[in-house]
Amino acid sequence: MKGSMIIVGFFVLGIVCGIYHLLPDAIQQANVSYYVLCALMFFVGVSVGSNTETLKSFKKLNPMLALLPLMTIVGTLAGCTIVTLLLPHRSLTDCLAVGSGFGYYSLSSIFITQYRGAELGMVALLANIVREVFTLLGAPLLVRWFGPLSPISVGGATTMDTTLPIITRCSGEQFVILSIFHGFLVDFSVPWLVTLFCSM
Amino acid sequence: MLCGMGVGFLLRKRKLVIVPVLVTVLIWLLLFFLGLDVGMNPSIMHAIQSLGLEALLLSLAGIAGSVTLAWALWRIASRKKKGGKS
Repeated sequence: MKGSMIIVGFFVLGIVCGIYHLLPDAIQQANVSYYVLCALMFFVGVSVGSNTETLKSFKKLNPMLALLPLMTIVGTLAGCTIVTLLLPHRSLTDCLAVGSGFGYYSLSSIFITQYRGAELGMVALLANIVREVFTLLGAPLLVRWFGPLSPISVGGATTMDTTLPIITRCSGEQFVILSIFHGFLVDFSVPWLVTLFCSM
Repeated sequence: MLCGMGVGFLLRKRKLVIVPVLVTVLIWLLLFFLGLDVGMNPSIMHAIQSLGLEALLLSLAGIAGSVTLAWALWRIASRKKKGGKS
């Protein structure tokens, strides 16, 4: 939660600097953020590739429950498709790109800003923050109403880090590996799906 | 990203303490740039309420869709295997 606050803090700081033009406009035109994004993707790749321990523990999973990441992705995209009908000024791919953040607000909003501009990037940031906060606050009720898998599914890409503690507490210890597996796969799908929908 | 995964796999024996720190700092930097973009664009600042509403709608729909399927999967999985442990 503290990490999220710092991230939002940087975003707000950026807004303030933008409104009052505290930084030279040249930074915007020089496309700095594109190169920073490339560097970020490289390091995300390094941390995934070097984490072989986690990959090994996935072999113990129940094959049936291993379908959960797919359920999360399909369910989210279906929900966003329906909302497209309520938002006539947004295209289907816009909505799907926002949905494909799966709570990974930092990465998805950065990608969407890069491809579709800051306005949709901002929608993506807010929508995905809401998703993470909803998981953190709603996990106990979700478990009671929709079973122990539901907070994992709502958590999306965050279930291997920020929302793992609350999921462990509400769903139970036996879902830790599933939660990490789910977070790992959904996390991995974010850059691919977001860029796919943005390029369509 | 795939390049990075390759490098990470080759370096898996070493302790990569610096990588998570770098990732965090880069994310801060990029979110700062996104904020800068938003702040410098008056049309976004004016539309902030309707954008927030859109964001809320999209995330609630995504949540509802994924919860429905997760619930269905849980029903099926626990019926197959009594007691349904993961």
